[in-house]
Amino acid sequence: MLFRVFVKKELETLYEILAVNHVVGPTSRGMAKRGKELFAFDYLYDFQDLRLDFTTTTHSLKPFVLPFQETLSSFIIEDGSWEKHVDLNIYKQHVFFGVHACDINALNKLDKVLSEQAYPDPFYTGKRRNMFIIGIDCHPQPFCFCRSMGTDTVLHGFDMYLTDLGDSYFVEIQSARAWDILQQIPTAEPDEEDHRRFVETVEARNREFSCQVDTSDLTKILDLEFQSPVWEEWGKQCLSCGTCANVCPTCYCYGVSEHVDLDLQGASKIRQLYSCNLIDFAEVAGGHNFRPDSSSRLKYRYYHKHRGFQEAFEESLCVGCGRCGQACLAGITVPDVIASVRGQEEENE
Amino acid sequence: MNKLEFVDVMPSQGKFMRKTDLTSFEYSYQAEITSVYPLTATEKLYQIRIIDTGLRQSFNFQPGQFVMLELPGIGEGPFSISSSPTRHGDIELCIRAVGNLTHFLDRVPRGTVVGISGPFGTGFPVEKMEGSDVLLIAGGLGIVPLRAPLFAVLENRSRYKRIDIIYGARKPSELLFTYQHQMWRQFDINLDIIVDEGDADWTGPVGRITEILEKRIEVSSGNLSRKTFAIVCGPPVMFKFVCNMLIDAGLPMQKIFVSLERRMHCGRGKCCRCNIGATYTCLSGPVFDYWEVMNMKEAI
Repeated sequence: MLFRVFVKKELETLYEILAVNHVVGPTSRGMAKRGKELFAFDYLYDFQDLRLDFTTTTHSLKPFVLPFQETLSSFIIEDGSWEKHVDLNIYKQHVFFGVHACDINALNKLDKVLSEQAYPDPFYTGKRRNMFIIGIDCHPQPFCFCRSMGTDTVLHGFDMYLTDLGDSYFVEIQSARAWDILQQIPTAEPDEEDHRRFVETVEARNREFSCQVDTSDLTKILDLEFQSPVWEEWGKQCLSCGTCANVCPTCYCYGVSEHVDLDLQGASKIRQLYSCNLIDFAEVAGGHNFRPDSSSRLKYRYYHKHRGFQEAFEESLCVGCGRCGQACLAGITVPDVIASVRGQEEENE
Repeated sequence: MNKLEFVDVMPSQGKFMRKTDLTSFEYSYQAEITSVYPLTATEKLYQIRIIDTGLRQSFNFQPGQFVMLELPGIGEGPFSISSSPTRHGDIELCIRAVGNLTHFLDRVPRGTVVGISGPFGTGFPVEKMEGSDVLLIAGGLGIVPLRAPLFAVLENRSRYKRIDIIYGARKPSELLFTYQHQMWRQFDINLDIIVDEGDADWTGPVGRITEILEKRIEVSSGNLSRKTFAIVCGPPVMFKFVCNMLIDAGLPMQKIFVSLERRMHCGRGKCCRCNIGATYTCLSGPVFDYWEVMNMKEAI
């Protein structure tokens, strides 16, 4: 791995160099009711709009790799037959300027199931292979539990990763093209002082983490507590609205529907992201629903994230970003649910 | 100069070969509905043939696997292949008109071109069953996925020992493939049929499927030989009763195979709709042995 440092004012030059591509970055979206600033990833047209000091965005990068609605194929219907056309609808590289470790980890997890398994998804893979990612270290929020999920740092899946050392950026370089780009701004080999400051920054950040989840033996505990009454209790609170899946950076499930054009000359097959909390998620034709009550659906969600994915890929499908807990209308958070399943509520209160 | 180079992940459109190819994701064979036989008031047997002769011949599947059938603009759904694997891409699907797509299929004429993708999922290990007794237990529509392994067994009848089919339905009018029952019996197969409620013409037994199974186990004096394989498919409530009886009769869990039904939107291990825990029914199933079923929560 190669490291460089550059002074902070060169960041704008770096931005301008990359601005010939589509640039997406964190930007302010106004204030929430409680005076909290809201951030979102969006296309940027001016360096001034880039807010690298962002806390967390409501949505992750997911809409850029798994849009909420996407046309999978279109059909031309004529003479009693049809022809199928597939358009991935991606033509250009996207630069993602300023992404936290949790969101890069989320993409790496999605890769495992969407790009590296049998039947890789070309719609996702096409977008993923056309990403230039510049990561940046974060300031842990009170609801972040990425440390517990092992996703507070990221080892691959980005091009360069910036760490703020005060007056300069420490940059970790992961790809040849990132190296080439950095040749165009003045950078220096990090010296001992930079190393010391880097370690200090990392340690200071580590001290900021306040929220924790006990994930030890979680797969076994989830199996053992499958019939636990706590699921019923959470089920009563859950509104089955699917907001958690909407904001989750790793929720990838979807539904497919087909639509006929009004002129009957064509049709299209459209997929929409779905949520396992929605009532008809597992309902089969004929009306049998394998998960008819909200508690079984909520339980399935935890089961998939923390048990099943672990079994398949030896890691959890949760990156600990805490977005689901922040967005949940009923205030259900992952740390609370897991603590209750482990029977640890009292200790946390 | 600083423009990053675009990576085209599908440079050769139209080529689909392996499951690992990106082009295979949205690929479907064009296939024609060559004939439609009404079996009961709601179920029909569709003969569907892949139009391209080369592709039809290279379409290989294991009994128990399923295909996704697509009608452009109407919908797509998973259906168990119910014909013999030796017929390749000349498949038969037995479909009950129950949802949006299937009600539409109920009305389409012969010659309609549909899309077929697959085959997907796991199959029954019929080769491993050679030299053994085979017990096929089907409830209602469960006979549909069992017909493919049945054909595979019939075509090599001499390689198997005793074969029993225990088939239960709600009413005599709901029995499927009645025109073939005589043919199956001619192959030295013990076919026992039971219905929940008989009608005026019904002369066979009335009751639950477990009653017949009990009698079958009694024939083997309470203990099924260890050289027996069982294949079970039916409504969710049936699995537990039938599988527990088989285990009590001494059949090892890994010799009991079930075919599970779940909602599916892709068939390719992506959409998560068919997940049991995080096991994809479309990749690891739909055929599971009972040991796997015991290890999945909410499977049956």
